[in-house]
Amino acid sequence: MSAVPTAVDDEIIGDPRRRRKVMLTNALIDAVLIAFSLAMLLPLVLLVGNAFKTPQEILQWPPTVIPQHPTLDNFTAVLNETPLLTWILNSFEFACLSTASIMATSAIAGYILGKFPSKVLNVVFAIILSTAIIPFEVYMIPLYFQVKALGALNSLGGLLVGYLVMSFGIFLIRQNVIHSIPDELLEAARIDGAGEFWVFFYVVLPLLRGPLAALGVLAFFQAWTAFTWPLIVATTKTTYTIEVGLALFQTGFTVDVGRLSAASAIVLIPSVTLFVFLRRQFVQGVASTGLKD
Amino acid sequence: MLDRKKWIFAGIALLPVLTIYSLVRLYPIGETLRLSLFRWNILSKNKPFVGLDNFIELTGDPLFREALFNTTIIAFGVLIVTIPTALLLAALIYHRTQSRLAGFYETAIFLPHVVSLVPAAMAWKWIFDARLGPLNAVLTWFGVSPKAWLFDPVLSLVCIIVLCSWQALGYAVLIYLVGFKNLPQSVYEAARIDGASGPQSFWYLSVPLLKPITLFVSVVTLVSGFNVYAQAFILASDSQGAPGRQVRVLVLDMLENSFRNYRVGYAASEAVVLLVIVLVLTLIQFTMLREKGRA
Repeated sequence: MSAVPTAVDDEIIGDPRRRRKVMLTNALIDAVLIAFSLAMLLPLVLLVGNAFKTPQEILQWPPTVIPQHPTLDNFTAVLNETPLLTWILNSFEFACLSTASIMATSAIAGYILGKFPSKVLNVVFAIILSTAIIPFEVYMIPLYFQVKALGALNSLGGLLVGYLVMSFGIFLIRQNVIHSIPDELLEAARIDGAGEFWVFFYVVLPLLRGPLAALGVLAFFQAWTAFTWPLIVATTKTTYTIEVGLALFQTGFTVDVGRLSAASAIVLIPSVTLFVFLRRQFVQGVASTGLKD
Repeated sequence: MLDRKKWIFAGIALLPVLTIYSLVRLYPIGETLRLSLFRWNILSKNKPFVGLDNFIELTGDPLFREALFNTTIIAFGVLIVTIPTALLLAALIYHRTQSRLAGFYETAIFLPHVVSLVPAAMAWKWIFDARLGPLNAVLTWFGVSPKAWLFDPVLSLVCIIVLCSWQALGYAVLIYLVGFKNLPQSVYEAARIDGASGPQSFWYLSVPLLKPITLFVSVVTLVSGFNVYAQAFILASDSQGAPGRQVRVLVLDMLENSFRNYRVGYAASEAVVLLVIVLVLTLIQFTMLREKGRA
């Protein structure tokens, strides 16, 4: 159970007894990890299972894991009775625009703060970095009143106000600019007569594709799963995001586990699919949050 | 000439970003600090300056104290569950990096961190359900009497901790995995030559070497624990959405004061308390890191 992938495998080939012991340990570790992974997935599996159950089976004791008479009734009911698709669309628009805004602002600010040495900009960066640790919940109430003053409550614009910039994004891009874009490259382009905008769009941005993709995935999921801010800003049934719509739907007076589960399952599909496809970018983005020093 | 053009570009490009940043970050943060010193009812016109009165009132407010207590229990509960589990899991996954299943482990453990919070919380709500939930079914099977998980004030805190840990674990494991990948291999080679077993090198090498990571993940976990809201909103609201049944957490208390009682200044002072907690936690992290750097 060494904490390092052992190079031992080569050394011990000559010793069948030790080799068997290593293989046995590995099998044991795999068993533990498989069991744990399945346990982590179990709540989601149960949820999907419930979505296909009939009302009678939902009330059955003890509860079943796999539905005995799978039915699509819950899905059709929930799609007909609630504006679920509108909510999903709201969330999708919100997440896409927020992602675009965060990627654009982070790319610009990260590049300039990374490649334009000046005392003033150092102070600007220090301020951005120090506000990065302040949780959104601390300043969301004044921000709510700003949105209200603009008359932007219950609108996509109002939602976006909270998710236009990401301090961590600026930090991430700046780190990448400093470490992976050599000054000589920029200077060479300038000497060849390239304007600053050209340099940014055709030299800098292509080199930042990797970190920008990671940041984009992170930003999308952040907006897609946002809860508290949409809850206070979007308060009419047609402007709910999916998270808020679902949360308020479950406090409604006719709560039926089957329908709730069906609605939840529908909501899970896009995020799970997206995650499976963009796992690498996502892992890279999240992992980079840990490298703040 | 070239230089001046460079700086003009920098100014033009940065200005809109900084304007947005000031409007949606710096200004509201400043407003939170300012409003916390005022008594402001949305309904009344005048907004008198009251100094620290809001904070003094907070110290005697039973609802706020309950919220602070619950939130602290949740934050530290999640920390205690998450960190050791994550460290151990990351070590095991790292050990099996070459295994074909490594991708599956990572995905399965990380998925709860990315899926939408509300649907995931719904799944847990059913698991904890007193009448129909599988948890009670399993308990009765083992001869333990079923419990009203979400209605008991203590048990509902446990439920929130379980849900939050389930979500936080993936992040912690991921960061630990990055940490393991950056560890110096030579130290482990040396330890193995000296005859150290796997568990020994985990306990005597990995755990101390990963201390900065542990510190970082702990602070992140605690900070997000102190901001808990959605989980409590879903798990601990009954079908009628009765507010009395909710587990009172800081963010909930803040929102109620602001939007139900219209006491915005008072809510802002709660936000300042939250800010202070976060700042203290971050400060502790930095001082401990610096001490380690000196040693």
